[in-house]
Amino acid sequence: MKRLFKTYLEKPELAGLILLVLLVVIFEIRSNGVFLNQDNLRGMLGILPETGLVAIGVTILMISGEFDLSVGSVFALMPMCMAVLMVEGVPFPLALLAGLVVCAVIGFINGYVTIWFEIPSFITTLGMLFIARSLTIVVSGGFPPLLPADLPNWLFTSFVGPGNMFRMSFLWFAGIALLTSLMLSRTNFGNWIKATGGFHPAAASMGIPTARVKLACFVLCSMLSGFAGMLQVLRLGSPLPSIGEGLELQAVASAVIGGASLAGGIGTVAGGIIGTILIRIIDNGLVLSNVDANWFKFAIGFLTIFAVVANAWMRKRAKAIKMEG
Amino acid sequence: MEDAIISVRNLHKWYSGVHALKGVSLDLKRGEALGLVGDNGAGKSTLINILSGVHTADEGEILVEGRPVRIARPRDAMNLGIETIYQYNSTVPTMSIARNLFIGREPTLFSVFGVGILDQKQMASESIKAIANVDLHLRSPDALVGELSGGQRQGVAIARAMHFKSKVMILDEPTNHLSVKETSKVIGFVRGLKAQGVTGVFISHNMHHVFDCCDRVVAMARGEVVLDKRIEETSIDEVHNVL
Repeated sequence: MKRLFKTYLEKPELAGLILLVLLVVIFEIRSNGVFLNQDNLRGMLGILPETGLVAIGVTILMISGEFDLSVGSVFALMPMCMAVLMVEGVPFPLALLAGLVVCAVIGFINGYVTIWFEIPSFITTLGMLFIARSLTIVVSGGFPPLLPADLPNWLFTSFVGPGNMFRMSFLWFAGIALLTSLMLSRTNFGNWIKATGGFHPAAASMGIPTARVKLACFVLCSMLSGFAGMLQVLRLGSPLPSIGEGLELQAVASAVIGGASLAGGIGTVAGGIIGTILIRIIDNGLVLSNVDANWFKFAIGFLTIFAVVANAWMRKRAKAIKMEG
Repeated sequence: MEDAIISVRNLHKWYSGVHALKGVSLDLKRGEALGLVGDNGAGKSTLINILSGVHTADEGEILVEGRPVRIARPRDAMNLGIETIYQYNSTVPTMSIARNLFIGREPTLFSVFGVGILDQKQMASESIKAIANVDLHLRSPDALVGELSGGQRQGVAIARAMHFKSKVMILDEPTNHLSVKETSKVIGFVRGLKAQGVTGVFISHNMHHVFDCCDRVVAMARGEVVLDKRIEETSIDEVHNVL
């Protein structure tokens, strides 16, 4: 029993999960049952995949000990590249592939510059934040191109499931979440990511190719962000060059609320997702509870600090529980 | 030198103009515990870093069991059976004992291009055995290494080296930052190496520790070997005098 208690206290996503349950109950009561009704849930689940995928990428990268501030810009650049190509007559699958390649290249540059020049990724990706955002506008020529009419919306944005509860994007999100979560917890590569972020000298001395591990995480993070941006553009029906602004910090907040450590080595995909859901719930719940929407950022800020403090406290408590033997 | 497990011949290393190793030659006999002593900057760490693949020598050759080898990265050393335990401790505090034991060498159920699903059952059962083999008593292989004491962490690193059947274990100042009680535990580990047929290289500032658990002492100063004697043929004073 004591062992079980300790094990759960040590889970980094626990604080976020408790807050999540609490907030759902509060908002459900405050909104007189509107919060959890089908229409509202459907709305929230439709947006969740877009920020959720970015949070997954950022969380994994943070576990490997690095940081990406360029995700919001990549979020806009990837669909913009696709839109421009499609206007030129390139078919959707090829444009998608090209868009993902652009993301991979950006992720690779982020990682390569960070690792080989030994620069903090905070700086590298801050630079990339401006570069990618600028490229988005340059590529678009200042006017968002018109998307062609024959897009495969059935694959990404159509509603499916019982009562048309989910968009297809949610299934992509769930699938990617499951795969990345398994990768982190059940594969040797996941072990290398945690070791690299947890204590770099040890990982390197045990023969883990730490540079390649980090590079892979940078590329994955960029590609997930770009893919998420495409989902949003397909949902909105227009590739606006301004989408994803401020998303980078929201994604970091998601990861941190979900228990990821800025120092690396600690965190879970599930935690990052819980963090994202919390932010989405607050966004939505505040409106439904008739609270001035300008309190949204206040709430996110408070939540971020609170979750980290709660996590630190719980970890300390867990450590204090001495096991016999 | 037919019973030498590692021989180094005329090793040279320059660090941006500093001649850190000036033609070091050394034979490490199978099954012995060698104490390597010397002041800071004497070249001990340089020599060890070359053997463990962190750095490469600029000149000279390394023979393992009589065959010339190239050690370009830590993985090469590990594949040759050379494991190094560093003073900063080569375990990851945010990971469990079981996960730490298998870092970089995880057993997988199947794998594609070297990436695969972990065999967690095997990891759990083997880590329990590995820990018990070095006489370390820990409650569970799932405990985080960060919760262990410094001596226990070194124990985990030693258990890992033992588990992977290393032939040579290099301990680079493993007793730094440890309490007296924990230090004696680590020295106990070093003594236990011989019983398991493992050759040990024990690096320390503390002469008493070296004389406590080694068969032979090698002293280095200014990038050269200045003394190489069996423990019973020398004394702490003699070693101090040459340094």
